[in-house]
Amino acid sequence: MKLDFSCVWQYWPFLYHGAILTLKMTAICAVFGFLLGVLLSLVKLSTWKPLIWFGRFYTSIFRGTPLLVQLCIVHFGLPQLLGVTFTTTQSGILTFSLNSAAYISEIFRGGIQGVDKGQYEAAQSLGIGYRGMMKDIIIPQAIKHILPSLVNEAIALLKETSILSYIGAVELLRAADQITVMSFRFFEPYLVIALIYYIFVMILSVLANRLERWVNRSDRAA
Amino acid sequence: MIELRDVYKDFGKLRVLKGINFTIAKGQVVTLIGPSGSGKSTILRCINLLERPTKGQVFIEGKDITQPKADVQSIRKDIGMVFQLFNLFPHMTVMENMTYAPIKVNRQTKAAAEEKAMELLKLVGLTDKATAYPGKLSGGQKQRIAIARALAMEPKIMLFDEPTSALDPEMVKEVLEVIKGLAHTGITMALVTHEMGFAREVSDRICFIDDGQIVEDNTPEAFFAHPETERARAFLEKVL
Repeated sequence: MKLDFSCVWQYWPFLYHGAILTLKMTAICAVFGFLLGVLLSLVKLSTWKPLIWFGRFYTSIFRGTPLLVQLCIVHFGLPQLLGVTFTTTQSGILTFSLNSAAYISEIFRGGIQGVDKGQYEAAQSLGIGYRGMMKDIIIPQAIKHILPSLVNEAIALLKETSILSYIGAVELLRAADQITVMSFRFFEPYLVIALIYYIFVMILSVLANRLERWVNRSDRAA
Repeated sequence: MIELRDVYKDFGKLRVLKGINFTIAKGQVVTLIGPSGSGKSTILRCINLLERPTKGQVFIEGKDITQPKADVQSIRKDIGMVFQLFNLFPHMTVMENMTYAPIKVNRQTKAAAEEKAMELLKLVGLTDKATAYPGKLSGGQKQRIAIARALAMEPKIMLFDEPTSALDPEMVKEVLEVIKGLAHTGITMALVTHEMGFAREVSDRICFIDDGQIVEDNTPEAFFAHPETERARAFLEKVL
């Protein structure tokens, strides 16, 4: 058994562009997923029954079916139905954002419900409206408590972008596939991208740690 | 002016308020006392609609705030409330706690709101805490900030819901001093407290609440010296 990493260096640009796409997809879908997730959590916490039902139904669909199947429906299924075609990136953003929103909305719902009732009452007694109360008083406190769960979600998202290779997007995994085809070496390219994923996740964890400390500054500052 | 007209409040099957009628004239200080679970806090919370009466009406400055079309939000900004557990916003500094609503709700400039906040911090003796987070304050300091935060909205009415019940004994006095300083300065005040000495000293009237009803409504002198009702007498015997 002899390892030869020369193929990896030779085709390095593939991996580089793949890594960029992986990061880009993760970042975009994390932002959209987060925003949609917050909205969806508010939908679930509303007092209007049909809205609540919609929120629950939405979440059960996206949690109850495999992400890869959702991706196929969006990328291969919807064009047949609607007559519009999506690029792999568009399909990816759409699927991952919608999927992530379902999970994040559950995290958020728990976080918002965990904020002390007295905080709502204090805000209301000061004449603060629903929007301002949620945006500036309740959600910032909720985020503080759910930050670790949100980081987990972001890490999961980063790794799950690898299934975009199935529909042909040249992200990290697909880039490695291409190298294997050209060099007939398998272990080395896959090992290298595994390492790259790992490094990305580590960086994300460190950043999250910093963010957590910053968010918790009110507990420490004298 | 505050007026409650035949106010009932049910929590599920439990009837907590059973026809409350009373009026607090402008600038008056009225203390609600009574055994725990009697409905005192619920009465207070009906005044700013943190609890909506099941039946009956609440009038603030002559306006019926219980009618469906009433703008609850704009009514609330004129009614300050101080809670047993302070309810300061933990992620904001003292200054941010005190200026958020004046800026966002009353549309004051940041500079004006901060100037007013400093004035109020002086009033409660905590000017050095402007940049501190609530987590670093003692209970007594938190409550004084909570009072200052409510006052920053320049309310016409102040509601105090057991403001010293969660405090260590040595901090009760500093909070009561602040409240006493506010009494008879033109602000209409309703308070729920178990501090009988304080109630006697500061109130224009005492309302004794028991089992969801106002059993006795009297001057503090008369109430504490010769309560008219048997229930009030029995209660006072236990607490004094």
